[in-house]
Amino acid sequence: MIYPLIAVLLFVGLYGLLVKRHVVQKILGLAIVEYAVNLLLVAIGYRDGGRPPILTPGEDPAAFAAGSVDPLPQALVLTSIVIGLGVVMLLVAIAMRLHQRFGTLDTTRMNRLHG
Amino acid sequence: MSEPGGMSPIVRIVTRWLLGFVLVFGFAVALFGHLTPGGGFAGGVVITCGFVLATLAFGAKTGPAAWFGRLASTLDAVGALAFLALALLGYAAGHFLAQWAGRDPEPFRLTSAPSLVLLNLAILLKVGAGLFAGFLAVAAFGRAAEDVGTDEFSDAGAPQGPEPEGREA
Amino acid sequence: MDVVLIALLVLLVVGSLIALELRNLLSAVIAVGVVGLGLSIVFLLLGAPDIAITQVVVEVIVVTVLIRLTGRTGRTVDAAPDRRDAVAVWLGGGVLLMLLGLMIHVLSALPRFGSGASLPAGHYLENAPAQTGASNVVTAILLDYRAYDTLGEATVILTAIVGALVVLRHTGRDVRRAPPVPRGGPPGGADDPKPAERELPPQHSAARSRDQEVQHV
Repeated sequence: MIYPLIAVLLFVGLYGLLVKRHVVQKILGLAIVEYAVNLLLVAIGYRDGGRPPILTPGEDPAAFAAGSVDPLPQALVLTSIVIGLGVVMLLVAIAMRLHQRFGTLDTTRMNRLHG
Repeated sequence: MSEPGGMSPIVRIVTRWLLGFVLVFGFAVALFGHLTPGGGFAGGVVITCGFVLATLAFGAKTGPAAWFGRLASTLDAVGALAFLALALLGYAAGHFLAQWAGRDPEPFRLTSAPSLVLLNLAILLKVGAGLFAGFLAVAAFGRAAEDVGTDEFSDAGAPQGPEPEGREA
Repeated sequence: MDVVLIALLVLLVVGSLIALELRNLLSAVIAVGVVGLGLSIVFLLLGAPDIAITQVVVEVIVVTVLIRLTGRTGRTVDAAPDRRDAVAVWLGGGVLLMLLGLMIHVLSALPRFGSGASLPAGHYLENAPAQTGASNVVTAILLDYRAYDTLGEATVILTAIVGALVVLRHTGRDVRRAPPVPRGGPPGGADDPKPAERELPPQHSAARSRDQEVQHV
């Protein structure tokens, strides 16, 4: 039930990316796709009980290793989120230049203006 | 509403109170990233968030953009180079990455993993300064530098066509 | 807990759909902000507090930047008449269906949700506190076991930011923004252009004579 819902989220984002024609909506679609992928990776590493991979003082290391969730996808997703922020900034910068050039952010109109 | 260079006095006063806490929190998140949830990435983004708040509240002339804006992209590069330098120092000393720093065998101390602390701080610098530089570029685009943040959130969303900029040169 | 998780995921899906269908872009951006904050709660439930912190703050900055963009470029999606190519629509639909089939196949091959960590994770979880001294295993992986990955990812962030700065720089050589003033400068200042103009012809003639020599040879 969890994985299919994440897949649905991914396809909602793809729908925004492919069908919507406004650049801002495309950026939002890309952000949603990114959420879904990050969420899927973290969800695959989940273990019943959901203990975070952070050792607390007085905790038995063996029990910790046996019960904690997978830290590896978390480490990779952590950087992926920050990269996502950088990518959004880059896209916003490009969108501002596009708007300066065409006076609109609607891709259909842009195509028409371009010829 | 549109005070010269900033938002309303309520926002500015609250920001003045909050900003120090936000920055200290971001620094602490990065500094203790090897013991508690957080780390260089999270702390860097928190610090960016604080600077963004201050830029929006005070405007670019009196806010952190005035004294930090030009520094930000430099600090970005300094953070990346610091990471590399730590790694290369490790090579020179025959260790993996920054493990030349040694460590306290006692767990749950700040000194129990000094290499991670140093790398976390380098990443804090890199992420915080880099993202703030990006934000400033986006925020200052296409308008005179002094009124960044004035009508950011006003409702005047009228599309403007290609506009004559570059007059300030 | 599963019920809460599923409810939150449904919220995320519904919020995303609302965000994409709204005509007002400001509302759409805020809806995506809600989705991102819900996502950070999901991360917290999945035992990933590091990611939850980062997601909250990143979401705040994303929303700020996007509000900035919509404030600059207009806040409504004005529906242009739809003139889509039928072939493209069917092709896109076909590709999406293929992706969906692939996704179902892959997801059914995954282990049950909550069934456990990968093989290297066991090693990290057992040894990281002793080997690196860090009790936060995520940080230990980021900055010790896989530090070169992190270096590469920091480079990616640097590249993205540099890209944004370059795209938005003010001193670009955009042709449309070239100063309409002729090269001679203001009419009063007749001191510097003259020597430059005087220096140019000899170079030209030298080059030309060299060309002629080549042609002669």
